[in-house]
Amino acid sequence: MADDDPGPAAYSQALSGKRVALVPMAMGFDLAQGWAAYLKREVEGWGGAFETRDPNWSIEAGAQAITDLINSDQHPDVLVVHSPDLNSYSKLLKKAQAKGIYVILIDNPANFPADAFIGSDWDRLGQLEAEAAVKACGDSSSKQIGLVQGDQVNSSSLYQYAGIMKVLAKHPDYKVVAKPDSNWDATTARNVTATMLQQNPDVCAIIDFWDGDATGTSASIRDAGKQGKIALVTTGGGEKTADCDKLESGEYTAVVTTELHKQSGDMNALIKFLLQSGQPAGTSKSYIYTLERAYTKADIKPDTCWDVKALQAGK
Amino acid sequence: MTGHQVWSQERIVLALAVLLFAISAVLLPGFLAADNLISIVRSVSVLGILALGMAIVIIGRGIDLAVVAIMAMSAAWYLQLLNDGWSGAAALGVTVAGVLAIGLANGFLIAYGDVPAIFATLASGAFVFGYVRSQLITQDAIPVPRGNWLESLGSSRLFGIPAEVFVFAGAAFVAYLFLRYTKWGRYVYFMGDNFQAARNMGIPVRPMIMLRYVISALIALVAGLLTASSLLSINTRVVNSTLLYDIILVVVIGGIGLSGGKGGIRNVIGGALLIGIMLNAMTIIDIPNIYQNLFKATILLIAIIVDSLLNPRDEQTASRATSDYTGDANDLEKHLCCGDGCRSACFCRNRNGG
Repeated sequence: MADDDPGPAAYSQALSGKRVALVPMAMGFDLAQGWAAYLKREVEGWGGAFETRDPNWSIEAGAQAITDLINSDQHPDVLVVHSPDLNSYSKLLKKAQAKGIYVILIDNPANFPADAFIGSDWDRLGQLEAEAAVKACGDSSSKQIGLVQGDQVNSSSLYQYAGIMKVLAKHPDYKVVAKPDSNWDATTARNVTATMLQQNPDVCAIIDFWDGDATGTSASIRDAGKQGKIALVTTGGGEKTADCDKLESGEYTAVVTTELHKQSGDMNALIKFLLQSGQPAGTSKSYIYTLERAYTKADIKPDTCWDVKALQAGK
Repeated sequence: MTGHQVWSQERIVLALAVLLFAISAVLLPGFLAADNLISIVRSVSVLGILALGMAIVIIGRGIDLAVVAIMAMSAAWYLQLLNDGWSGAAALGVTVAGVLAIGLANGFLIAYGDVPAIFATLASGAFVFGYVRSQLITQDAIPVPRGNWLESLGSSRLFGIPAEVFVFAGAAFVAYLFLRYTKWGRYVYFMGDNFQAARNMGIPVRPMIMLRYVISALIALVAGLLTASSLLSINTRVVNSTLLYDIILVVVIGGIGLSGGKGGIRNVIGGALLIGIMLNAMTIIDIPNIYQNLFKATILLIAIIVDSLLNPRDEQTASRATSDYTGDANDLEKHLCCGDGCRSACFCRNRNGG
């Protein structure tokens, strides 16, 4: 008779009762709600405790939440952090690691050697967007591209821009005619796009850096009567109403989705790995980039997008 | 009336706006295109509408820091109800009732609770955001359901001009009529100019305060629905943006003093147009957002400095030596002197510098 598999006992001993905390930039948007739903199910599944904090887009509130978590009697064993910019949380996260808390950065990279970064390679993501835009424009087009950037501090915005410019450098006949910031706000995106289209009526594609404000950009294209004539490429979490429905309706031409289920799967795997590894916090430094692609109306399938309502309801 | 009157802040702002407009027209290709001019007005329509409500509150010597929260959260709640399958009329009815309740609560706290407006509305704005965000809606961004009337409103055009511009113009006209020709509108000025005197002459000051905050809340709802109609969704993150400061900026830059009692709808329109021209020109030149904020702040500082150089404060009364609202001040004095014997006589003497 064979011995019992030693795996489950070791697994349960290492994990059971461990605490995982997620501090996103806000809990009110699709990706954060998706990550939280996947993490909660998994962590509670192996007998751990899961909690979230909602800084509601405030960097100060996020810093406060992280400080509270680090200093609480029952501090988390793993801290999953969605950083708003490159530097704000670096000192705090270092403190967390000094206390033995594993730190996993998600989605937005930061100037901090976390135990793992899980999310998009934003440079690559920008390249995918630019390739989709070039393809949508075509050889006979004006080859004029407009950008609606996020801001000038968020790493996802800065690296996305770098990636886009790399691809366009390979297509010297393409020109970026305007690159305003939306500050991630849909009304601003609409206003700057309106101006961009009046100044450059021949733009063949616009790349907007986030689906959260691309609704404004698409409103502006629609107002100019150019929906279908100007390609709109953006990126988002792949939520159904935010992305796939808009690809179906023609508002968006291509969306590079950040593949929520794969990203969340990676997070869960890394949490389980780190907790069993026995290595002190702050000793490993891995980048777990999500394999991404640009989806267009032609290649979306029923499971391309996810539905935040269904996910929260546990379906 | 001194020669200084020629350069009131309102005129300085108008002059700045005209100057910016002229420079942009000469230097920026496409600036003068009809579509661009429409887009300038459109880009400040919602801001302007919110500033109308704020102006009415500020002229009456108050401030409403809850407007952006009310704007975003009322529209978000309305859209959430629609998405949950409520009928349009029921959803709108409930939302309007909620907005009225908030306006009344703000006014009640300020008028009867004697809570300073700045604290009452700061707190109620945070409450509205927190309550609606946590209890009534599920996401930061709520989409407009397909085929809703807001969708048609957002895409409707008359002579190529979007609906927002007409709503702004209409709201400005109604606000003008209210302030200029109704008894309640005149009371707003009286109360802003001298609250004690207004109370002494028998103006129902407390109900009037409540009325102002209700008007402001209802205007915020209109602005929220307009925003939703043009973006086909409302994102409640706008509550954390600089929109609230932009609204106050439009009101103050237009020349409506925060101490109340002066200014009018013209000032709001002037302030809104200046901001609109500035933002549009900077976007055409492709100036990054952080610099845009810098320019905006610099223009505001210039306007304030020029105003205080040309119109120095009167040490005795701690108010501007020149009032671009003298006609109405006389109006006020007449009311006060006729209305209430000795106290108002005293008030009149003070005003006349005695």
